[in-house]
Amino acid sequence: MSATARAVRPVSIASFAQSQNVRKDDERNEVEGLMPVISEVFGNIGITKDDVDFICSGSTDYLIGGPFSFVMALDAVGVWPPRSESHVEMDGAWALYEAWVLLQEGEIDAALVYSFGRSSLGDLNEILTLQLDPYYEAPLWPDIVSLSALQARALIDAGQATEADFAEIASRSRRDALSNPKAQVRNDIAPEVLLEDDYVVAPLRRHALPPITDGAAAIVLAAGDKAAAWSERPVWITGFDHRMETHSLGARDLTTSPSTAKAAEVAGVAAGKVDVAEIHAPFAHQELIVRRALGLDDSVVVNPSGGALAANPLMSAGLIRIGEAAERIRSGQAGRAVAHATSGPCLQQNLVCVLEGGA
Amino acid sequence: MSDETTDPGPVTTLATPIRLDFEFTPGVAQSKFLRGLERGEFLGQRCATCGKVYVPSRGSCPTDGVPTTEDVLLGNSGTVTTYCVVNVPFAGQSIEIPYICAQILLDGANLSFMGLIQEIPTDQIRMGMRVEAVWVDEAELTPSLASVRYFRPNGEPDADYETYKEYL
Repeated sequence: MSATARAVRPVSIASFAQSQNVRKDDERNEVEGLMPVISEVFGNIGITKDDVDFICSGSTDYLIGGPFSFVMALDAVGVWPPRSESHVEMDGAWALYEAWVLLQEGEIDAALVYSFGRSSLGDLNEILTLQLDPYYEAPLWPDIVSLSALQARALIDAGQATEADFAEIASRSRRDALSNPKAQVRNDIAPEVLLEDDYVVAPLRRHALPPITDGAAAIVLAAGDKAAAWSERPVWITGFDHRMETHSLGARDLTTSPSTAKAAEVAGVAAGKVDVAEIHAPFAHQELIVRRALGLDDSVVVNPSGGALAANPLMSAGLIRIGEAAERIRSGQAGRAVAHATSGPCLQQNLVCVLEGGA
Repeated sequence: MSDETTDPGPVTTLATPIRLDFEFTPGVAQSKFLRGLERGEFLGQRCATCGKVYVPSRGSCPTDGVPTTEDVLLGNSGTVTTYCVVNVPFAGQSIEIPYICAQILLDGANLSFMGLIQEIPTDQIRMGMRVEAVWVDEAELTPSLASVRYFRPNGEPDADYETYKEYL
């Protein structure tokens, strides 16, 4: 169990569902894309919307280019009779955190968490520029690929990685994705071949970048009697924390992730053996930084789902890491897992969730 | 250059122009509605659970959270549930003021939408008035609400308040 001092109410990941991750879903609107996911996440455990006490979603209007898209998305759930509902303009992993905190208070026993986003509707590089400091950084329009390349360059200059390492991670991720039918980029290409790719922004070649993905995901959290009733093999959240670093890129050492390390410490990652880690590293080199910050040794299986390099639905890719990690435990492949989600440029904000199986 | 500088004071304004372009995906259900407008028809969808008909439908019943799969062709007439008379000019205004903006509940629908009322003096508009859609010429029909020029009184007696009180 977690080494954290505070008492943690056991909360279970009762169900997980995700959409097919695709480059562009130009047939369905947000609601139509979400409905099958919501239906599946309830259907997995034979419940309905009336069985959850709280709903929390993660999305951003910047992807759709329209206001209050998260309000319209509720049409996919059907919030009648009215119930408590919330939204974060963040990845669904943070929506899950909010629901978990509410469950900690003991007033409710079940929550639906979902996230959605279509990255294909605008120019993602331009859209992500708007998450930067609005006075000194955003007016220069530095794109996310260039900023991530700065981070990769810093890692190489510090002697902590090579371009071959990036190719190795990309090759492994997309090969692992061959066993993930929901993934978008699935192939078996040797690192040596990947290194023949052209640079997009040096030192990042095409393979080190995430795909642009449209997708959605959902999780049902349960506590108390509902946790036992809805899962034969409950997957418990035993540690959960998130931390944020300064907005100013120039003030950070981009080769490290102190926010991940702090979140891992509070979540109690080191309190037991980690079998599997699902790391949200949109750019290949970021897996190295996060892995080190989490303190994982070489025995840990990293991103068996293929990770964000195989499918990167913005606003859902972090929540999917938690769902994928939970599925490894539910299937018996792992006893203890760590899931990580990131937000902001160059791993600015990080969330760590420790999951364990057991009765 | 002089060594002496005058303090211009703190910067209080910074202009950082932003422009983003997006594609819009109406989705399966709204595409049907828009294609209907292109044919001069109002096409809605019915919820199989509660039976309500939404126009335009976004593909789900917001009450029940289930897909709306049954298409329903609605009539050309409806009832004014509520309205306002616009007297204020604003930038980009394309209609001469004063004009009437109304919520219209099409016959057979359970969701009202906003429409322009013409061919009636503004002081004669009232809740419950029966109106009909006037469409653009066939050659000008597009998959857009611009295909409806406006609504006008259809000459029928006013609707009973009980028939539309749920939709105010």
